[in-house]
Amino acid sequence: MSDILEIFMSASFWAAAIRIATPLIFGVIGALICERAGVLNLGIEGIFTAGAMAGWMAVWLGAGLWGGVLVAALTGGFFGLIHAVLTVPLGLSQHVSGIGVTLFATSLSYFIYRTALPDVASPPRIEAFQPLDIPVLSDLPFLGPALFQQTPLTFLALFLVAATAYVLYRTPLGLAIQAVGDNPAAVESQGLSVYGLRIGAIVAGSAIMALGGAFLTMSAFDAFFFGMVNGRGWICIALTVFASWRPGKALLGALLFGAFDAFQVRLQTEVGSFIPGQMFLMMPYILSIAALIVVARRTDYPRALLVPYFKGQR
Amino acid sequence: MALPAKDAPVLLRLDGITKRFGALTANDGVYLDLRQGEILALLGENGAGKTTLMNILFGHYVADEGSVLVSRDGGELAQLEPGSPHAALDAGIGMVHQHFTLAENLSVLDNILLGTEKLSALKSARAPARRKLADLMTRSGLTVGLDMRVSQLSVGEKQRVEILKALYRNARVLVLDEPTAVLTPQESDTLFAILKKLAAAGLGIVFISHKLAEVMAASHRIAVLRGGAKVADLPTSQCDQRQLAELMVGHEVSETVRGAGAPGDTLFVLTGVSAGESRESIRDVNLELRSGEILGIAGVSGNGQTMLARVISGLETPVAGSMRLGDRALTHANARTMIDAGLARIPEDRHRDGIVGAMTVSENLAIEAIRKPESQRFGLLRFAAMRDKAKAMIDAYDIRCQGEDSPARLLSGGNIQKIVLARTLEGEPKVVLAAQPSRGLDVGATSEVYRRLLDARARGAGVLLISEDLDELMRLSDRIAVIHRGHLSAAEPTETLDRGTLGLRMAGHTMEAAE
Repeated sequence: MSDILEIFMSASFWAAAIRIATPLIFGVIGALICERAGVLNLGIEGIFTAGAMAGWMAVWLGAGLWGGVLVAALTGGFFGLIHAVLTVPLGLSQHVSGIGVTLFATSLSYFIYRTALPDVASPPRIEAFQPLDIPVLSDLPFLGPALFQQTPLTFLALFLVAATAYVLYRTPLGLAIQAVGDNPAAVESQGLSVYGLRIGAIVAGSAIMALGGAFLTMSAFDAFFFGMVNGRGWICIALTVFASWRPGKALLGALLFGAFDAFQVRLQTEVGSFIPGQMFLMMPYILSIAALIVVARRTDYPRALLVPYFKGQR
Repeated sequence: MALPAKDAPVLLRLDGITKRFGALTANDGVYLDLRQGEILALLGENGAGKTTLMNILFGHYVADEGSVLVSRDGGELAQLEPGSPHAALDAGIGMVHQHFTLAENLSVLDNILLGTEKLSALKSARAPARRKLADLMTRSGLTVGLDMRVSQLSVGEKQRVEILKALYRNARVLVLDEPTAVLTPQESDTLFAILKKLAAAGLGIVFISHKLAEVMAASHRIAVLRGGAKVADLPTSQCDQRQLAELMVGHEVSETVRGAGAPGDTLFVLTGVSAGESRESIRDVNLELRSGEILGIAGVSGNGQTMLARVISGLETPVAGSMRLGDRALTHANARTMIDAGLARIPEDRHRDGIVGAMTVSENLAIEAIRKPESQRFGLLRFAAMRDKAKAMIDAYDIRCQGEDSPARLLSGGNIQKIVLARTLEGEPKVVLAAQPSRGLDVGATSEVYRRLLDARARGAGVLLISEDLDELMRLSDRIAVIHRGHLSAAEPTETLDRGTLGLRMAGHTMEAAE
């Protein structure tokens, strides 16, 4: 028992939890922006992959780390735009379009990677983001190593949570996005463009999702592998429901998942080998499902989520 | 009512508006003026083109011919850019749609602010908006809690938010589409008092309606639309209800008159029935319905009528008490057993509970008889037989549709109600449960509903008429009981009752207090 307690007492555990949570924070904030505007974006898994690949490749080609981040965001925005055009003005099924975007973005990323690097045995590496050394804060006992020795992308994720919350609740644009996800007719009758708001939200949300992928290749690792996204996008879709479409709760959900994951890794080494390792790998997912069951029954969905809007039709 | 000055400036002019949808001409050269300080009622049956006309005015549709002219800030009339709600808003036209256009997940304040600020602004200016609204609310009498979430508001309050939204944008012309369709009689009275106040303050107001009584009571001038064309434009003081009804329908309207009834034996009995937990519950309800009579249940909506109808329909099991039809005990019956026992249900929300919108007219007509040999053989549906039956019913009930294979959702409210009537009354039921049967229907469809209910009564069925419309209840019912907060009063013969007494009881005054 004391061993388990020790896990929670260690600064490295919390540092790992935040590190694991970072791509999820990007993903869940992106998904939340799309869904607040009334469009489910199941392209997220593919957009993660595309962001990871495009960002990494830009850096590898010499664009610099922040140049890579920009390329990843633009790539995400591009795939978001495809999803937006199919689901908003054309009003196609958001599920089908989203899964299509995931398949397309994933395959295209693998194809480009393979074509650019046809016969490498081990993936080439780049010089990835390094943890920041913030004066004073990084040197605090316990808190310093746990919270303040992260890479810049983690701080960008945290900033985006705050920025999204501010925009959503404090600005006219945020009000319009919330309204278009609840009752598009309300938005139109106030002289605003339903399509413009929805397309904008999907493109912006997708760009943010792609940063989650970029974090994987440019911060967590320093190379791109096939299958590296590994379902993180889908987890973000579930976390969005868990968060009731609120940025603050989204951060909490992502951190919780990160903590579960970091915990299971450490538990494996603590408890030893008599339980198969796969059981531990399952744990964060099972706990997420349990948390969803507890929380999601009470959430109120954006009322217009999944409902296409056609002008002049009531 | 005080008339606006004759020379009051014209705020709005519709100049020869024509709009076609395919072969249908929804508006046919409509010309209309609205002066400052005036309340204009736009009267017409469903499908007469009232809503289309207002949607053109507000830029949701573009007219095929003609134009909309608006006076901006008291200036000359100038043409309004067609097809742009934004331009209409800028020109000072505020529209209150029948289906509210509010975001329920936002506060009242945020709904009003929506679209009034630049999207690029870094912060919503809530504090100045609050001050302006406080001022507007005291002047107009439209009070709502600004920090309430819209989802928590009552229907009447939501409508007030819609009007406030228009006033906040400095609207000079206010258009209301069927504003009383969703309101209780009390809420309607309040609304009209507010509209008069706003008109006196210099607004021009258009309200769309098909209810003659309220049009007479609340307007200065009445324009009647029929088949897309304007057929009359008269000062209200020169109109009477009968004349308006004829203008609206296009031919003479016969008053529905209830002949003397011959009530028979007790048919359907509720004894001490309680159901539901929430506000919409019923407590210890006793009711006796005889064959050959119409028993009216009066009440303001939200007092348990819906629960009562659900219990009788077999959709809700009572927690106490018993229910009997003829000599069958049906306390724990489900919807299917109730139909089999001889109950016909005309549901309150006909779009939601009366039809399956995506299915065809003929399927909707057969849906309650789907297990009978006439519609199936060995578990396979007999579509040809169903279609033939549907054709006969479409003729008999004058259901206007594109044929028996068209989807039911395309029909107007009146024709959907005719489907429900045809389906439920065809089987000669013993008991008819009619919940708000004429709500939202026009004169023609309403009189059809009345005729069918009276026919059922003449045939010896017992009819339970749940309604908020006192005129309807007094006209059709042999006896009337009042429901208030889930309690049902004893039924009394209609002859011994008057509107005043019923109104007081609907508001919760007990018999002793009323005397």
